[in-house]
Amino acid sequence: MTFKAVEIAKDVYWVGAIDWPLSDFHGYTTYRGSTYNAYLVVGDEVILVDTVKKHLFKEMVKRIASVIPLEKIDYVISNHAEMDHSGALVELLKYAKPKAIIASQMGAKNLKMQLHNLPEITVVKDGEEKILGGIKFKFIETRMLHWPDSMFTWLPEREILFSQDAFGMHYAVSKIFVDENDRHTVEWEMAYYYANILMPYSNLVLKLLERVEALGIKPKIIASDHGPIFRGNDVTWAIQLYRKFALQEPSKRAIIVYDTMWGSTELMAKAIADGIVSEKVEAVLLPLSKTKRSDVATEILYSGAIIVGSPTINNTLFPSLADVLTYLFGLRPQNKIGAVFGSYGWSGEATKQLVEYLEKMKIPIIGEVKCQFVPDDEKLRECFELGVKVARELKNICGEKQNG
Amino acid sequence: MGEKRYVCSVCGYVYDPAKGDPNNNIPPGTKFEDLPDSWVCPVCGASKDQFIEE
Ligand SMILES: [Fe+2]
Ligand SMILES: [Fe+2]
Repeated sequence: MTFKAVEIAKDVYWVGAIDWPLSDFHGYTTYRGSTYNAYLVVGDEVILVDTVKKHLFKEMVKRIASVIPLEKIDYVISNHAEMDHSGALVELLKYAKPKAIIASQMGAKNLKMQLHNLPEITVVKDGEEKILGGIKFKFIETRMLHWPDSMFTWLPEREILFSQDAFGMHYAVSKIFVDENDRHTVEWEMAYYYANILMPYSNLVLKLLERVEALGIKPKIIASDHGPIFRGNDVTWAIQLYRKFALQEPSKRAIIVYDTMWGSTELMAKAIADGIVSEKVEAVLLPLSKTKRSDVATEILYSGAIIVGSPTINNTLFPSLADVLTYLFGLRPQNKIGAVFGSYGWSGEATKQLVEYLEKMKIPIIGEVKCQFVPDDEKLRECFELGVKVARELKNICGEKQNG
Repeated sequence: MGEKRYVCSVCGYVYDPAKGDPNNNIPPGTKFEDLPDSWVCPVCGASKDQFIEE
C-alpha cells in the first residue's frame, strides 16, 4: 500500500503529509517545499496529534490506516489551530468519531472560527495532565508561539515533545530525522523559519525555554509540525539554536536592502558596502529586484545593521521597499542599527519615508545620504563614509557586548 | 499602591501599572484605565477591550 506511517519511537508514528511542490506559504517563499506532521500515539487507546493541510487529507489518512483503522482514533489533540495543521480535521471527522478533540482554551475558540460545524472541544488548561490510552500527556500553553492557541504536548514517560510550529522548518524530506539530512540545510531552514514565523516573539521564546527547563522537560525527541524530527543530541542542538536566534545579538554584518530605477541608488549601495568592507565588517547587498521578502527576514536575523535605499518615484518611495519594510515592521527585529540612502530626480521624498519606517521599528539611524540624479565621485565618497560610520558603530556595539 | 493588573485574554500578557509599558511610552504608574484607547497589547496587538481584570 502506498503512504505508510513511519515509527519514530515505540508506539509513536509519523502520519503526516509531504508538500513537495509548495513554493509559497502565505508569502514566505519555500525553496524546499514543506511537510505537515501529524503523529499517532497508539496505547490502549489511539491519539492523533495534529492533522495536515486540507488538500493532503488522503495522504494522512492512508498513513494512519497503515497502522490502525481510522475509526479507532479515540482522541485528536490540536496543538495549533492554523489551517496547515487543522485543515484536514473536518474531513477526518466524517470517518473517525473521537471521544474528544483536545485543544487549549484559545485553540477551541480559534478552531471554531476557522472550521465551522466542529463538535464540542475539550479544553485543557496550561500544565494540565491527562492519561490517554494509559500514556501520560501534559499540555503546556505556548501562547503567541506563534498564535494565541499554540501549545506543546509532552509525553513525560516517553520523553517526546510535540512542539507544533516551534522548531519547525519548511523542508520537505523523505528521511524523517534531522540526523538523516544535510545539517547545514536544516540549520538554514530553521533560521529561515524562525525569522519569518517566530522572530516577533523572541522574548517569549526565551521565557518558554526557561520554563521548559524549570519543568524538567528533557526531550529525547522533539517532533514539530514541519520538517524533520530532532532526536538524541540534535534536541540540545535545536534548543541552543533557538536560544541564539531569540537573543538576536548584534553581529558584525550589515545588510543593504535597496531597489533602483536607473542604477544610481544601486551605485550608492555598492559604495556604502565598500565602506563597510574597508572596516572589515561583512556587507550583504539585497537588491529587491531579486530578493524575496522572506529572505530579507533571515538576513536581518543574522545581521547587526540594516541600511535601506530607495529611489523616489512620483514623490514616493519604491513599492518594493514599502512591501519589505511593512513585513519587517511586523517581525520586530531587535538590536539593529540603521541608515538610509537614495537617489532622486527632483523631489526626493523616499529617504524621509525610509527614515519614518525605521523610526517606527525603533531602529536608531546612524546616517543618511541623498543624491540628486547620478552620484559623482564626491557623492560616492559620502556613501563610502556612511558605510564606514555604520561599520565602526557595529564594531563598537559588538565589542561592548563581548567585553560586557 | 496596589493598582489593579489586567490580563490580555488573547495572549496572557499582564499589564502591571507599576511597570507601565515603557517600550511604548507608557511610564510606570499609569493605571490601566488611563492608557490611551490607541494602546494595544505589546505582545499580540490586541486592543484594550480584550483585557480583563486579573
Ligand atoms: Fe502556524
Ligand atoms: Fe505550521
